[in-house]
Amino acid sequence: MATYTLKVNGKKVNVEADDDTPLLWILRDELNLVGTKFGCGIGQCGACTVHVDGEANRSCLLKASELVDHEITTIEGLAEDDDNLHPVQQAWKEVDVPQCGYCQAGQIMTASAFLKENPAPSNEEIRKAMHGNICRCAAYNRIEKAVALASKK
Amino acid sequence: MKDKIVFSRRNFLRTSALASGGILIGVNFLNACAEAAQPPVDVANLDFKDFNAFIKIAENGYVTIFSPNPEIGQGVKTSMPMIIAEELDVPWDHVTVEQAPLNTEKYSRQVAGGSQSIRAGWDSLRQTGATSKQLLINAAAERWGVSAQTCTASEGIITNEEGETLGYGEVVNDAAKMEVPENAVLKDPKDYKIIGKNAVNVDIDAIITGKPLYGLDFKEEGMKYATVMRAPAFGEKLKSYDDSEAKTVNGVEEILQFGDKIAVIATNTWAAMKAKRKIKVQWEPSGNLEGSALHSQKLDAILDRKDLKVEREDGDVNKAFADADQVIERTYESPFLPHNCMEPMNFYANVTADKVYLVGPIQTPAGTASQVAKLLERDEKDIDLQMTRMGGGFGRRLYGDFVLEAAEISNLAKKPVKVVYSREDDMTAGTYRPSIKYRIKAALKDDKVTGYNLKEAAINSNMYGLIPNFFPAGAIANYKVETGNYKSDISTGAWRAPYTNFLAFAEQSFFDEIAGELQIDPVQLRLDLLDNVDEGADERIEYSASRMKDTIRLAAEKGNWGSAEPGIHKGFSAYYSHNSHVAEVVSIGMQNGFPKVKNVTVAVDCGIVVNPTGARNQVEGGVIDGIGHAMYGYFPFEDGRPKAENFDSYRLIRMQETPVVDVHFVENTLSPTGLGEPGLPPAGGALANAIKAATGQRLYQQPFINSFEKQKLQDIKV
Repeated sequence: MATYTLKVNGKKVNVEADDDTPLLWILRDELNLVGTKFGCGIGQCGACTVHVDGEANRSCLLKASELVDHEITTIEGLAEDDDNLHPVQQAWKEVDVPQCGYCQAGQIMTASAFLKENPAPSNEEIRKAMHGNICRCAAYNRIEKAVALASKK
Repeated sequence: MKDKIVFSRRNFLRTSALASGGILIGVNFLNACAEAAQPPVDVANLDFKDFNAFIKIAENGYVTIFSPNPEIGQGVKTSMPMIIAEELDVPWDHVTVEQAPLNTEKYSRQVAGGSQSIRAGWDSLRQTGATSKQLLINAAAERWGVSAQTCTASEGIITNEEGETLGYGEVVNDAAKMEVPENAVLKDPKDYKIIGKNAVNVDIDAIITGKPLYGLDFKEEGMKYATVMRAPAFGEKLKSYDDSEAKTVNGVEEILQFGDKIAVIATNTWAAMKAKRKIKVQWEPSGNLEGSALHSQKLDAILDRKDLKVEREDGDVNKAFADADQVIERTYESPFLPHNCMEPMNFYANVTADKVYLVGPIQTPAGTASQVAKLLERDEKDIDLQMTRMGGGFGRRLYGDFVLEAAEISNLAKKPVKVVYSREDDMTAGTYRPSIKYRIKAALKDDKVTGYNLKEAAINSNMYGLIPNFFPAGAIANYKVETGNYKSDISTGAWRAPYTNFLAFAEQSFFDEIAGELQIDPVQLRLDLLDNVDEGADERIEYSASRMKDTIRLAAEKGNWGSAEPGIHKGFSAYYSHNSHVAEVVSIGMQNGFPKVKNVTVAVDCGIVVNPTGARNQVEGGVIDGIGHAMYGYFPFEDGRPKAENFDSYRLIRMQETPVVDVHFVENTLSPTGLGEPGLPPAGGALANAIKAATGQRLYQQPFINSFEKQKLQDIKV
């Protein structure tokens, strides 16, 4: 066990964890940030996507020891507050994307990081960017629409 | 078309005056209210043992609907309150839907689930709204000293003949003291203002901001996390194990055996997962260690048998085949399929001397609570099972095996524990769609289909209910459906659109071949067959030939069936299941010898569409799910073990493989039917028919990807 100081959603937090503990479980079990979801544990489904220094990363594959001095953002910290949603969240709402909703935080985190890199993507670019995130309910048509809509906000 | 309904207030609706002002209406849709049942006078004390839902109308006229019914993803938490609000006649933006908080410990066990919710609730939800509206009208009429019959209500405002108005909120306190009216008039569907308009998922804000909603998000003070090691093969049991290394993992509190399983209990999920991998286990055979090759042989042997169970028989099938000009026979084969809900199985259990407290995602709370009581030898009254929102179901959460595990572990360890499955556990622990083969034989004579014989050979169990009476039953005079099964240690169960998810592929592919033999357009063949149905003559036949034909015509029209587009190849399919009629046109192009699904045009007759955006979402998802599993779902077994265990070895459809789904509803005013499942079954057949049109190759086995050698599993790129 070691103690790490992480910066999560703009706040410094101290966590005690084994050095191989994935960020996913630190967020969920230690920091009570359960919006980041567990789906596969091997970086294949995207449900656990968070931003590290603004880039989309799979939190199930990140170790606390690698994250000191980096800015971590989770779905809980994407918007300033619930009354000022991120454009991607607004678009998600307008398009009425979710069914079961479980994968949506990961989808939104992937989409928001992607749009920062590529603010005016083509549909092909959107489909490629979102390919790593599985939606078992297959709300893919709406995810694509919502990302396109968010890019125009 | 005014539908007058009469039913006793004692049976379904009770009111109370809220201490804070306003009225609380308790509703029991499914059973009569208990004699003494009374809604509480404050909403912090809602008790779902007597009622399924509560409607609060506040002094400002705003309405809150409290429901304990959680979501699995099919949108009923939005669409069911829409039906109440329509008949109550309040603006939808004055309505809030709240899932009663988890910690009330007073959850109903009467909650229905699954794709029948809207169909089953349609009448009672409308009656609830209409009766509540009449109660408010009565209160206003009394205030004015006029007959209630001279008053009307709309958009939350009651109006009398003089043109005077009262808002609902202004009369709620009077209404709370009045008798509940015995009869109420339902609206004519043409007057609907909420039903038929898009309403965004009521949980959308919580979902997109990452609020705790799901079983995996539930926490309680002192809770531990448990992982479970199960035999890696079906047909194996525990011989011995060494947990000395596993116990050294930080955070591990206890490792214990229960039956043939081993539980690791730890202070956090990661420790429980990590320690599990460090247990050294020896397993030994307890049954047959079966593989897919053996199953294929066993299923073939069943199809060759002459003594299968006859599920339906019309006319003289043997004579039809003897007299035929031509006989076509084809065999179709599907693998097992795991459900792969995005939220892996999990459940919380706290077993104490006083009670058994269970929280998590389960579709069958009542049956599961009974099973837990039996397992722990407890009184059913001790079991308090609460449901969370579910990260997908697809049939998997009908089975409470993981709830039993949590209860047993908590009981043994005397701790509150949450059992958490890894993806590998979720994919390998069982309850799969069974592997099935269909052999279908048709007799053709004088350019007509004169005989039809379908045999089903399945692992563990066969088609059920009215499935043997689905189309083409009733459309072909000499018709026979037979079934048989092979019992395996591999566990099987319901999977989205059970049986029809593959049966529709087999039959809808087969009709395409018949159409080819008869040199008739595949759409026309289906319409011609439906012309043979004597509607209403056989009560076992639920599908409506006329509705099916309208649905087929709509899909053909919207999907430009029959018009050639360069590089585009189309396939057609139509299927009735779960009380809805669906037809689909799949359009594909070929890229480097591989089919690329471009568009799916869908026509659906599900009666009145309550919430179009939610309904479309269900159909879009169902179609893509059907395409995805027909194309990629491959789950073979060897030596009792599945050969895939996570998303690196099991392929689900992803964004770039997804077609654009274009949904059209047949417009009518018939009672609504379910949508969670019916979009899926036709998709695989329509795709196979499109692939035939594109390549000349007829596919008989799912997944189709195995027929396109270059693109096998190693090509998955993430």
